[in-house]
Amino acid sequence: MLAGGQSLVPLLALRLASPSALIDLSGVPGLDYVRRENDHVAIGAMTRERAVERSEVVREFVPLLSVAMPLIGHLAIRNRGTVGGSAAHADPSAEIPAVALATDAEVVVRSSARGERTITSDDFFQGFFSTALEPDEALIELRFPVVRPGTGVAFEEATRRHGDFAMVGAAAVVRTESAHIVEARIAVIGVSDKPLRRREAEQALAGAEPTRGAFEEAATLAADSLTPPSDLHGSSTYRRHLVRVLVRRALESAVQHSQEGG
Amino acid sequence: MSDTVDILLTVNGTQRSANVEPRKTLADVLRDDLELTGTHVGCEHGVCGACTVLIDGEAARSCLTFAVQVRGSEIVTIEGLAEDGEMNPLQQAMRASHGFQCGFCTPGFLMQITALMNENPKPSEPEIREALSGNVCRCTGYQSIVAGVLRATGQSPISDSTHQE
Repeated sequence: MLAGGQSLVPLLALRLASPSALIDLSGVPGLDYVRRENDHVAIGAMTRERAVERSEVVREFVPLLSVAMPLIGHLAIRNRGTVGGSAAHADPSAEIPAVALATDAEVVVRSSARGERTITSDDFFQGFFSTALEPDEALIELRFPVVRPGTGVAFEEATRRHGDFAMVGAAAVVRTESAHIVEARIAVIGVSDKPLRRREAEQALAGAEPTRGAFEEAATLAADSLTPPSDLHGSSTYRRHLVRVLVRRALESAVQHSQEGG
Repeated sequence: MSDTVDILLTVNGTQRSANVEPRKTLADVLRDDLELTGTHVGCEHGVCGACTVLIDGEAARSCLTFAVQVRGSEIVTIEGLAEDGEMNPLQQAMRASHGFQCGFCTPGFLMQITALMNENPKPSEPEIREALSGNVCRCTGYQSIVAGVLRATGQSPISDSTHQE
């Protein structure tokens, strides 16, 4: 299935994928929207990344998604690339799956035979370019919970060049209340076959004071149990080091934002 | 697989039609079917930016878009920039700043810059560099390209005077 084509068409051009047929979704009406619905923001699968980047609703209610957008490729890519396409493609270095995971977003999929079902991000992203989508299902919507007051967010990446795929990236969502961390959520990309939550580190931060020491301890917890892949862009050891550095930076930045009131 | 589809596009203000295979990219349709060879094809997988055109006003990679996906859209290519056979102000500013060398990447750069200027008539140098970060110039003439954009937007050229008269 072809959405914006910014990932699939390169795979076709490089002969890494050769489907016998493609279904172009650009003629399907009603999949291009951003709207606030009660406690979540619903984004249609065919909404262009650039539209999300420009959206005031997203900036206000799903700030992590907003800050992640400029990290995706380049302008011309985001003008065509879609939110649903990125999620369904499930590249382990992609930003949108990490945002979905870190915000506990839900994925709505539909098949003509069985109708709709809603899948948690935890269950949706299953591995290298693979998701919980069945062959007869299409992703139609992502639902991001509305951010709670006192929450700060950050998305940190290390890339070879601006706009490249991240070697490693770290997303943090931190809620503070009277100078204590109430809740922290951390997702990392580029270190496994899918985006990963770092729950041990999150638990270590719950109730802690937001000090450099606490961030460093959490960052170490987030990094130590990982065995990232090695490739020509970075060794496993280097990637683990990057996780430690980027998680710490993301936590610091998120806490700072949370104390500035968003 | 050889079934063809009739498509109708507005290209540089003129209605054009073509009968194309669904697998044909917009870049190839522009070049082969509509004979607009100003759009260059570099890497053919979305990395280099040479094939950038405007689709309904937004810069996009014509090598990553099938022509059948943009039926009814308004396309602007490098051929659409000149006005009555005269280079438009951006093109003149790029020439004055020596904003290209071999010229292969130039069409893509100019279309990306056109999109930038439509959205932001006075972009700062960092904004220019951010907007052009997806376009590759293998002659590495970036300084003079950025200088050309500054000139085109009525701003003083960058401090590096290597390429200024």
